[in-house]
Amino acid sequence: MLNISLWNRIVIWGIVALGLAFAAPNLFYPRVERHNDAAAAIEAGLAEEGAQADLAAWPSFLPSTLVNLGLDLRGGAHLLAQVQVEDVYEARMDALWPSVRDALREQRDTVGTIRRQDSPPGELHVRISQPEGMTAALGAVRALSQPVSSLTGVGASTLDVRAEGDTLIVTLSQAERAATDDRTMRQSVEIVRRRVDEVGTREPTIQRQGEDRVLIQVPGIGSAEELKRLIGTTARLTFHPVTGRGGAGLQPQSREIVLPDIEETGVFYRLEQTPVLSGEDLSDAQPGFNQNGQPTVNFTLTTSGARAFCQYSQNNVGAPFAIVLDEEVISAPTIREAICGGSGQISGNFTVESSTELAVLLRAGALPAEMIFLEERTIGPELGADSIAAGEVAAVVAGVVVLLFMGLSYGLFGLFANIALILNVVLIFGLLSLIGATLTLPGIAGIVLTIGMAVDANVLIFERIREELKTAKGPARAIELGYERARSAIYDANVTTFITALILFMMGSGPVRGFAITLGLGIVTSVFTALFVTRLLIVMWFERRRPKTIEV
Amino acid sequence: MRLKLVPSETTWDFFRFSKLALGGSALAVIASIVLFFVAGLNFGIDFRGGTTIRTEAHSAVDVAAYRDALQGLALGDISITEVFDPNFNADQHVTMVNVQAQDGQEAVTPDTITAIEAALEEVDPTITFPSVESVGPTVSGELVQTAILAVTLAIAAVLIYIWLRFEWQFSLGAVVALVHDVMLTIGVFSLFQIRFDLAIIAALLTIVGYSLNDTVVVFDRVRENLRKYKKRPLGEVLNLSINETLSRTVMTSVTTLIALIALFVLGGDVIRGFVFAMIWGVVVGTYSSVFVASAVLLRLGVTRDWSKSDSGPGGGSGGGTQFANVDA
Repeated sequence: MLNISLWNRIVIWGIVALGLAFAAPNLFYPRVERHNDAAAAIEAGLAEEGAQADLAAWPSFLPSTLVNLGLDLRGGAHLLAQVQVEDVYEARMDALWPSVRDALREQRDTVGTIRRQDSPPGELHVRISQPEGMTAALGAVRALSQPVSSLTGVGASTLDVRAEGDTLIVTLSQAERAATDDRTMRQSVEIVRRRVDEVGTREPTIQRQGEDRVLIQVPGIGSAEELKRLIGTTARLTFHPVTGRGGAGLQPQSREIVLPDIEETGVFYRLEQTPVLSGEDLSDAQPGFNQNGQPTVNFTLTTSGARAFCQYSQNNVGAPFAIVLDEEVISAPTIREAICGGSGQISGNFTVESSTELAVLLRAGALPAEMIFLEERTIGPELGADSIAAGEVAAVVAGVVVLLFMGLSYGLFGLFANIALILNVVLIFGLLSLIGATLTLPGIAGIVLTIGMAVDANVLIFERIREELKTAKGPARAIELGYERARSAIYDANVTTFITALILFMMGSGPVRGFAITLGLGIVTSVFTALFVTRLLIVMWFERRRPKTIEV
Repeated sequence: MRLKLVPSETTWDFFRFSKLALGGSALAVIASIVLFFVAGLNFGIDFRGGTTIRTEAHSAVDVAAYRDALQGLALGDISITEVFDPNFNADQHVTMVNVQAQDGQEAVTPDTITAIEAALEEVDPTITFPSVESVGPTVSGELVQTAILAVTLAIAAVLIYIWLRFEWQFSLGAVVALVHDVMLTIGVFSLFQIRFDLAIIAALLTIVGYSLNDTVVVFDRVRENLRKYKKRPLGEVLNLSINETLSRTVMTSVTTLIALIALFVLGGDVIRGFVFAMIWGVVVGTYSSVFVASAVLLRLGVTRDWSKSDSGPGGGSGGGTQFANVDA
């Protein structure tokens, strides 16, 4: 008959209790949030005054994970950036040129003189004066190629080398491009993460998306603009020897570049292409002030960087050098004496903010490639708060009306369904907290929709029990048959809805995905509460009362 | 005393006007398609690219003044809509400013947004910008593809699931109903020119799920009754099944509509379009599971040569065996 074993009962109540425990922190959102922040601060040894009080505000034996609020509820900025991975090919080719030159020089007898030609980005063109020596030249350059170090590129080598007339063309091979792209992406994500972490906002999302994109979501930041300034700058810092200064007509010699001054328009510098130092040689950067009280960026060099700079400055006392940031000269001081202390100061036309910003960027490191932004969204915190408030009101009203309606329609059984409905919402929040899912505005809509639809499984069962009461022998049998026969409809109906939620989850992003999550979880919890919780409630009531007739 | 929306036993003939209903539905679908091609959809930036700025000011909004201020920036197509919502305070005046994607710009330009904000601040110094969203043309193009793919995939997955659990006639009936629901929803969005963005696609898929939920419950009962009454004609069995499940169908639709209407009225203007789509979908979905899905099934017919062992078509584990025992 209506038997549910003790074990089953314990498991059912256990799951409900767990759901309650995990959902509970969300009722005290600000308090638990402060507790978590305080706990994290103490962990990191950065505890401020009051941290202990905040920590004590929520008992530590209770779960303290909260439902993450999406950007549309909390406010913040969202960016979708595309990393220009091809930029790296160009840098790779430039770096390869010296070795190609050396390899070909060794073959001078057969290939003659060599000269680097202008080429499309990502290709290295070398003209040799004796085309009949091309085979030897190809061989020499191919010898520079190495096996690709990636899982997919096994057996491939890094370089494609071919000849076109008297010109030797070197490009990265397909496999090496893929491996390079992957590395570039991982570096970009890492550096974006470091930069965002530097400003210390809560729970940023930094994710690689597809081949060459990065999704960045930072709650609590003022605007997408601000975020873009932080992560959109390449921040490639280099120190070059200066070979000349002049106006717009300045022409670079071989292996030189001409870059503009950041402040004075129309002023250009001619620099040696190979830098003395680059951003990688920096171990730290901090904002500071010089003796005139102007904001500066103070930096410390790594040991090898300090040694290189010491040597260079010793040999070039009296000569100017340029500090270049992202293809612009920010200052070009003259070396007065050997600089061997391993630290220095960059002064330019900084404000306090811009020097702080530059210090952050230099500490985090340069991006390997430029990023362009395909999508940006800023949501103000007030709008998010309004949405939460409106969502809460709507959910409460929807809940109360549905509860009343169920009570009126099914009497005592409606009450059981109502308990299940409330537990259902609690379980959704418990699950959302447990898996660390993000609640969005459409997600709230999903919960409200679930409130409406969750009763469906119970309605199916109750209607079935009503039907069975007409034919079955006694109420117990009718209840049992009602559950048994409604089950296949419940499964089929919910599996199909779950499929659509799953597809939505896989295809959607951001808010839409939040909706898919609450819809999907709502289906799971509503089937659970209908098939187990209401059933257990009904059985417990039945065992106690043993009614001869029941009315559903 | 119980509240009953539907008498406990009904013997309504749902197929008496079946031809009329099917004809009406077909007409509505055709009208939706025509509307879609003639009037088009009011695509949001998710699908069209461009920038949407939400403005909020303390003084009343003069849309014409906003428009004049932005005209000077030569940004192409600009639309400004004032938003009204019962949740707003008396001095809260909200508009949505839409600017088309700028030609030849792959990425989003901050300059455009700054210029718009500056121009509007001149019209009304109290103005603030609670949200600013820009989508570049590349991404919006991809979002369109993804959206179409998602809806198609959902319908295909459902087709396959029902085919496995029932029979192909059921599957086809359900899918015709789904396509009907999706088409009519798109038609309504085209008719009223409601903004069609990514969230609406989520609503469409939910409609697919909901409509299916309803259809499956009816079909499940049809399958059961087909086994129970092996000799009765299909039309009668279908009618009986719809009548038997009618009170459940109405009950669930009503509770869902209660929840959705609460959300529509109180949930704020940001998701109103989304909720509207779902309300419409629930109404259309309930109608279509009876008058489209079942009517199509009636016309397709069902093969009723299930083996005596009742292992169930497509290996349905639950239904088959249980009901076999009851019949015995």
